[in-house]
Formats: sequence, structure tokens, C-alpha cells
Amino acid sequence: MTVVFEKPHALTDAELHYCPGCTHGIIHRLVAEAIDTLGVEGDTIGVAPVGCAVMAYNYFRCDMVEAAHGRAPAVATGIKRSLPDSVVFAYQGDGDLASIGMAEIVHAATRNENITIIFVNNAIYGMTGGQMAPTSLPGQVTQTSPYGRDVLTAGYPIRVSELLSSLDGPEFIARVAVNNVRNVREAKKTIEKAFRNQIEKKGFSLVEVVSSCPTNWGMTPQKALEFVENSMIPYYPLGVYKDRSRED
Amino acid sequence: MAEKVLMKGNEAIAEAALRAGCRHYFGYPITPQTELTAYMAKRLPKMGGVFLQAESEIAAINMVYGVASTGKRVMTSSSSPGISLKQEGISYIAGADLPALIINVQRGGPGLGGIQPSQSDYFQATKGGGHGDYHLIVLTPSSVQEMADLTALAFDLGDKYRMPAMILADGTLGQTMEPVVLPEEHVNVVEKPWAVTGTKMAREHNVVNSLYLVPEILEKTNNDRFERYKYIEEHEVRYESYMMDDADYCIVAFGIAARVSRNAVTALRKKGIRAGMIRPITVWPFPKKVIREAADHVKAFVSVELSMGQMIEDVKLAEECIRPVYLCQRSGGIIPSPQEVTELVEKLEGGAE
Repeated sequence: MTVVFEKPHALTDAELHYCPGCTHGIIHRLVAEAIDTLGVEGDTIGVAPVGCAVMAYNYFRCDMVEAAHGRAPAVATGIKRSLPDSVVFAYQGDGDLASIGMAEIVHAATRNENITIIFVNNAIYGMTGGQMAPTSLPGQVTQTSPYGRDVLTAGYPIRVSELLSSLDGPEFIARVAVNNVRNVREAKKTIEKAFRNQIEKKGFSLVEVVSSCPTNWGMTPQKALEFVENSMIPYYPLGVYKDRSRED
Repeated sequence: MAEKVLMKGNEAIAEAALRAGCRHYFGYPITPQTELTAYMAKRLPKMGGVFLQAESEIAAINMVYGVASTGKRVMTSSSSPGISLKQEGISYIAGADLPALIINVQRGGPGLGGIQPSQSDYFQATKGGGHGDYHLIVLTPSSVQEMADLTALAFDLGDKYRMPAMILADGTLGQTMEPVVLPEEHVNVVEKPWAVTGTKMAREHNVVNSLYLVPEILEKTNNDRFERYKYIEEHEVRYESYMMDDADYCIVAFGIAARVSRNAVTALRKKGIRAGMIRPITVWPFPKKVIREAADHVKAFVSVELSMGQMIEDVKLAEECIRPVYLCQRSGGIIPSPQEVTELVEKLEGGAE
């Protein structure tokens, strides 16, 4: 009998707590596949955020650290500076990275800290029950923008990849999505590159993954993926925003 | 015999930390601890260590958390307003049972306060500081020599008990230049099997974490931690007892206030008033037992502080309301003079309330 599909080694056997239709599971798998492919599980240290992925430390088989809200890039900096030959990644959501942790991510990027950041953007605070995120779309209805995000009072969504790629420091910034097979394949390649960059000591590599939240968007999983395609991706265009090795 | 050198208190802490094997420092500029950061910036890169000026005190303490997770000696330093910013991170460090050293060269507050010396972060340092139930081991130097000696000790205690330690100094001690015999190079190697260093595919993964969503498990980690705290309270109390054998008045003072108080004791003795001093060197754990014992033979206690009166509460708890406890204090960056202390005690001797 031939095994044609199996769970990546870098994932534990723990059952994921994510809601039905949530794409965190796919993204976890892509990160684990990258770790497996590069053969670095034994040298990898992951940093979990505060948010839906807070318990990611139960799901990855590598050593893990749970950080305070938004501080994962600072914690990852400490780990990487202590163990320069290890592979350090932080897994963060939009509230964590683009709101409370904006200073930490900008400065880790501008230092070209040799770490990998997986930034999951689903335009909402999921864990706390669906509040407006820094990346919530104009007009998006959430628990704290019940009449739709009014850009006149709540400001505009932040496009993190565009913002960070304006800095001289970072090595690699790209935005991907996991709403269809083609995009998942592209996301897999991109996440693997973000890890390989670190191993090759190229520096700060961030992959923004446009994700969904059927529960807090109030949609079926299928409708949520359609919302990603028709509303999220037009506001957050996919692509490579910065790749210094390609510039050289 | 090691040679004596002339150093500022801030520099003595930095040099002692290097000699204790600390190779990772993260800080953010703030007065009056500036020399400490500058010393580390100059020395660490040449020793193969890591100096990083963080984007904020918040980032600095979280970088400390990261290095501490890997099991290496690490420190940060700041002054009062900056220490407030670090409290979230300190709570996480305590909650994840990590050793780390935090230096607070205190200045006056609240708010932006001033840049002159103070002891008004006593509550914050000794009662936890951030959210949740926890303590730090808090050491209070009162000379440049002790700035160095207690820094080395703080690293050892932090490693031994897997908890953050703090040097609670003040702007005067940070800026004062005094002769100091620097501690020998020493690195107490403590096994840290809990550290995240990569599994090397040879063990189960280690997780550094302070999240426990099951109430019974969180309660158990708190209970276990407080068992450790109890042991520390029984075994790690440090203080100096000065002229206490026949004392009628017990001055309690730490840090720069203890230096003032020592002069006051001498002056009072010259006037025939039997004064003595208990100088806490650890303010957590607080030297409760020796203060309680003093209550059996002194007439009164005087807490001398550079604050509106914070340690006085611990003195009262320790002596169990057996004798009156008086407060001699200045705040705002002003140090009480020996005369202010002697005048208070003289009034007490004269029968004043």
C-alpha cells in the first residue's frame, strides 16, 4: 500500500480548536510542511500570538513560546539573537500584529531581523468574538462597528505588506491567500521561501495570508471564501511586495 | 585580593552583570540609568554578546523574555516610568517561570515625575507590579559595592528559583562614584531542561507559556509557585542589623535612605539616645522575623523612605502593631537629611507622639 497523503511531522496529534471552515488549519499545515521540507523541525522555535492562534504551541511539534499580545516579533528577536542558528518564526493575527503590535513588527522589519513572520489577516478579532480589526474593510459590520466600519471615525484599514515594504530593512514581504487550490499552492511556495530566506541568513521575511472567519463574519464557510475572493483580495492584492534578492 | 576601581553605580551593575556571564542586554534610553545602557553598548559587541536598543521598554522586556526562554542570562535596565511599561512583560516572565534580571534606577513619580532619586516604586517592586499573583526577588543596594555584588547574586537567585529578580536602586546610587571591588568572573551553571533550544528531534517539544485555560491547572501552577515563594521567604531573606543589640529606637531603611539613617544613628548615639537600624537588603522577601524580634525590645520604629511612605506598611505588618511605627520621608527627588531623622527620634525620646 502506498501512502499518498499524511499529516506533516511538524504538526502534533492534538486536535485543532479552530471553528469549522476557518483557514488557520490550512495555514498551520503549510507552515509545518515548510518545516518538514527544509528538515529543520529540530532547530525551529515558534512564537504563538494572543488571538485565535494562541494555542498554536500545542499544534507545532517544534519548541514553542507563547508571547504577550502583539509582542511576538520582540520575543522572536530575543530568541533569534540568543540562538542565531535556530529557525525562529512568529505566527500572528491582524489585531496582534497590525494594532497592538505595530511598533514591534515595524522595528523587527527595519532591523531586518532574521526571522519569519506568518501574518494571518482575516479582518476581524476572532478569539474575542468578532470586533473591528485594523484590517476590517470599510463598511464591514463587526461587534464594535455595528453600523459598518465608518472610515471617518474609525479610520481606514491598514495594508501591512505595502506599509512594511516601504522600509529599506526587510528582505521579503508577500501577500498570499488560501481560499482556493491555486492560491494554497502559491501560499505553500511563498511560506517555504520565507523560511528558506532565514536559513540562508537573508533576513526578515513576512508572509501575509488573507484568511477568513466564517463564524464572526456570519457566513457559511463557502460564502466566506467567496468574500475573500470578491471583497478581501481586491482591497488586499496578492503578490510579492518586496524581495531584496530579486532586486540585487 | 582583587583591585579596587572607582566606578559609577550604574557602571558597576553593568560590569558585574558581564562578569556573571550575562551576554544579552536590551534597553531603551531613560535618565538616570543612562550609563548602564551605554556601558553595555560599548562592551557587549566586543565580547560576542548582544546589545540591542529596543524600540520601547515594552519591546525590550519582551526581547528579555525571548532570551530567557532559551535559558541564557539576560537583563534590561530602566527607571521608574520605563519600569511601569515593562510590567506586562515581567508578569509574563513570572508566569512562565523564567529567570531574568530587571534593574530599576528609581526616579520620582508619579507620571513623568522627575529625574532625581526616589524609592516610590517600592509597592510596584515588592507586591508584584503587573497583573496576577507573583513576586520578584527584589534586592536593594546601598553602595556602589553592593550594586555590583547584588547584581551577581540576583542572577544566581533568579536561575536557582526560576523567577525574575530586580535590583531596586535609585538615581543617587546610579550616579554616585565610589571605590568598588568587582566580583570575580563567575557563571553558576544551572541545568535548564525547560529551555527552548530546538528539540534536535531528540525530545518532546518544550513550551514556554503562562496560559492555563483550565482553572484547576492555573490554580495548581499558582499554588506551586507560592510554595516556592514560601521557601524563598524562609531561606533568602537578607538584611543588615546595625547597633540593634540595645536599641530603643529601630530605624528601618534601605538603599540611599539607609546611608542617611546610619549617620543619624551615630549622631543619636552621641546624644545618648540608643538608636539602631535594620537595613533590608531583600525587600521581597522582607525581613519580617528580625523586625518582629526587635518589637520585643524597642520603644518605636521609624521607617525612613524617599516616598510618601510605602515600606512602612510592611514594617507595621512585620512588627504586628506591637510598637508604634513613625514615618520620616521626603519625596519628589529629595533625600531626607540625617538631621530630619535625628530630630524625629529626639522628639520621640522627649515623649512626643
